[in-house]
Amino acid sequence: MTSDSSKPRTIKTIKINVDKCNGCRACEVICSAFHAQPRYSSTNPARARVRVIREPLASIYVPVYAGEYTAAECAGRDKYTIDGKEYAECAFCRASCPSRGFFKEPDSDLPLKCDMCESDPSLKEPLCVQWCLTDALTFEERQVEETPAPAPEEVDAGLEALANKHGWDKVRDALGRLAKEE
Amino acid sequence: MRYAETGFNLEVDLTRGSIERVPTDPRLTELHLGGLGTNARMFWDRVPPEVEPFSPDNLLVFGTGLLVGTPAPGCNRTVVSCISPQTRFFAFSMMGGFWGPELKLAGYDKLVVRGRSPELVYLWINDGKVEIRDASRLRGLGSLETAELIRQELNEPHAQVASIGLAGENRVFFASIEQGRSSASRLGVGAVMGDKNLKAVAVKGSQDINIARPAEFLQMCNEALQFIKVREKNPIPGVMPILAGLGSPQEMAIHDEKWHTENFAWGNARHRRKDFWTDEVKEAWTGTMETMRTRLLSCYNCPMKCGAAISVDTRMCSYMMKCFSKLTYTMAAFADLNFGLRIAQKATEHGVDAFSAPQTMAFALELLEAGILTEKDMPGLPASNEGKFYWLLDRIVRREGIGDILANGTYWAAKEIGKGAEEYAHNNIKKTEQLPLKLGMLNPIYFLMYCTGEKANITQIEGNFPQAPFNTREEREAFVANWEQVPDERFKQWFLEWETRGEKSIPQYPSVDATCEIVHWQEKMHYIDDATGMCAGLSSFPLKPPFHIHILPKLISCGAGLDLDEARLNHVTRRNRTLVRANNIRRGLTREDEKPPEDHWRKRFPELEKKLLDEYYKFKGWNLDGIPTHATLHELDLDYVAEDFLRRGILPRETASPPLPGSSKGGAA
Repeated sequence: MTSDSSKPRTIKTIKINVDKCNGCRACEVICSAFHAQPRYSSTNPARARVRVIREPLASIYVPVYAGEYTAAECAGRDKYTIDGKEYAECAFCRASCPSRGFFKEPDSDLPLKCDMCESDPSLKEPLCVQWCLTDALTFEERQVEETPAPAPEEVDAGLEALANKHGWDKVRDALGRLAKEE
Repeated sequence: MRYAETGFNLEVDLTRGSIERVPTDPRLTELHLGGLGTNARMFWDRVPPEVEPFSPDNLLVFGTGLLVGTPAPGCNRTVVSCISPQTRFFAFSMMGGFWGPELKLAGYDKLVVRGRSPELVYLWINDGKVEIRDASRLRGLGSLETAELIRQELNEPHAQVASIGLAGENRVFFASIEQGRSSASRLGVGAVMGDKNLKAVAVKGSQDINIARPAEFLQMCNEALQFIKVREKNPIPGVMPILAGLGSPQEMAIHDEKWHTENFAWGNARHRRKDFWTDEVKEAWTGTMETMRTRLLSCYNCPMKCGAAISVDTRMCSYMMKCFSKLTYTMAAFADLNFGLRIAQKATEHGVDAFSAPQTMAFALELLEAGILTEKDMPGLPASNEGKFYWLLDRIVRREGIGDILANGTYWAAKEIGKGAEEYAHNNIKKTEQLPLKLGMLNPIYFLMYCTGEKANITQIEGNFPQAPFNTREEREAFVANWEQVPDERFKQWFLEWETRGEKSIPQYPSVDATCEIVHWQEKMHYIDDATGMCAGLSSFPLKPPFHIHILPKLISCGAGLDLDEARLNHVTRRNRTLVRANNIRRGLTREDEKPPEDHWRKRFPELEKKLLDEYYKFKGWNLDGIPTHATLHELDLDYVAEDFLRRGILPRETASPPLPGSSKGGAA
């Protein structure tokens, strides 16, 4: 572990302006084409890592990107009502999860996740952004400083809390075990 | 592997309740591409001319274009075909939106419906699983209500639904099929769907659509998107604002309606209002649009925003519209835009064509004014002008009282009413209502397009050549400078020399020969689009589109794995166009049917008109009756059509000898 805390990190953000979305689903089309093997050899929005949640008559269009895979569904679920229209449970969630069919390969059920069109050489912008001529999707890249390592006294305080709860013996054993695994 | 297409059709017989997934012959793709081309072939093979529109033997075919669902921007069109109750010819009514790509993704190029269900049903196509389901509780409901209830019943919020309203159920001759963002409105395809007792088709798919040469294809798509970006920033100067950019006329986005409101006719296609577009009107209508329009919308995989969601009072009471349907109700009723957008919501739910319905209602009120219809024919007709239109719409879609007659459109209604009513059904071609346009001087290009357009809808044949000459030589030179879409340099020359008045102006200019070429080019581009499913708005309709004859052969080839160059694509397109005509010739289409409404132009030139039609027929490889000749049919691998024409006595036997090489006239390419 190094104490050098100045290492910059790149944060890639797709900014989604739902007011500008015209509902065309070009993002889904090009996403699935890009991730086809070989590249662009097929298209199928069911394989896309972005889906436009849409309720045309209520004028709701929300592009949602596939996020992390979760092995278990949430203990609690959410359900939105917007402008009097009730949406399906977890409609706006980005997880690939056992409770619904979204963000899974249709034939294998393997989870899908947006990778910002990672490729070599890298693209200047993810393709969904390039294909969104209405600018509902825009791309922003920024450098941030790596979160500095916590001060030593914070670590001390954390360990002390653990010791108070479990006793020093158990904490020592656990530390030894973890250090070995590392 | 099949590319761009799935290689399967879904065949549903509603009489027997049978459902089959049928592989298609790849040779047909080479001969006809898809969409309209393969639809026309299917009707030739399977629907003989004796078949009545409301017969179980009439097919209702939802044919997606060859490139539909691929990443090519704007390829989302479905060609709905049947024998039309209104024209009694082969109909091809088209819709964009999202339904066609979804059918493709479910694994089918076409849905072919035959027979007639004993009960009202809907179809649910979920990839390989297809069900015919009870729709009795949907009877009488609006098209959009129906779609919403089906999505709820299936718990499939993203299923795409094409449905009919009351008008389709009651077989109104101008009933549409609605699918939310778009509709197949012309020629009564909704009536045939209703006759089959089919309320709706819901579809959801998750299969791959394959691309033959992916890298090249994608590069072409990217170039088209770049072109669109630049083109949208550079509207064409000197053209009315709604036609200066790409897409269908931009009437949802642009408020300036001077051109339509002052040049098109109000009422029953009667009255020009030359100083209508005042500041006051502009302000009021802009306010209406900005209050009621909730969002500009696209079809599947298209950056254009030709459509809009329109909200009447609440967001949940919304519908989608585009283009000139914005004004047709308003202008038919001499009302304001607020009325037009409100009644269009009801009309969309009922599912009627926005050209024919308002004109039929205005026609009825003219008959009332003329005393041909009386108040006895219309018991309960409200006193207010706007009330009358709501009342008539309701009677028509229910086929109640006078509505039962009016539901057949102005041509058939006038015949049934008699007493001189025919004079009032004055705006038809091939028995179907046209855009309400009444002009002064005959335009030779438009004359031929009106006469010979097989679809009998001007917007489906006009397009890439400017509608009118530009005022100055400088403007024309600027226009042709980067006009890469023309087939060859002659078209630029014709446009350069085209003047607003004098020797080189309509009707004598462009020359007959040039007119044939200009009409042929514009029509050809539509036939290519109708086979590929490319939206006309990015190709055959606007000036200087991203897709054109020098690009499309390669795009189709890379997408579908065909080997097309311009010559071969021209050949396939001519084949499709000729086959559409052959279907109609066999159903009785004659030269006599090919004429614009008598009052379309005030100044007519019978000799010139005869010459135009003679020469155009020859140019197309048709005889002077407009029937494709033996030589033409042979050249296009349509010998089976020639044989049928011989058997029926449509073509005379004496010319049946095989053509000499090079004997086919056909200047058409």
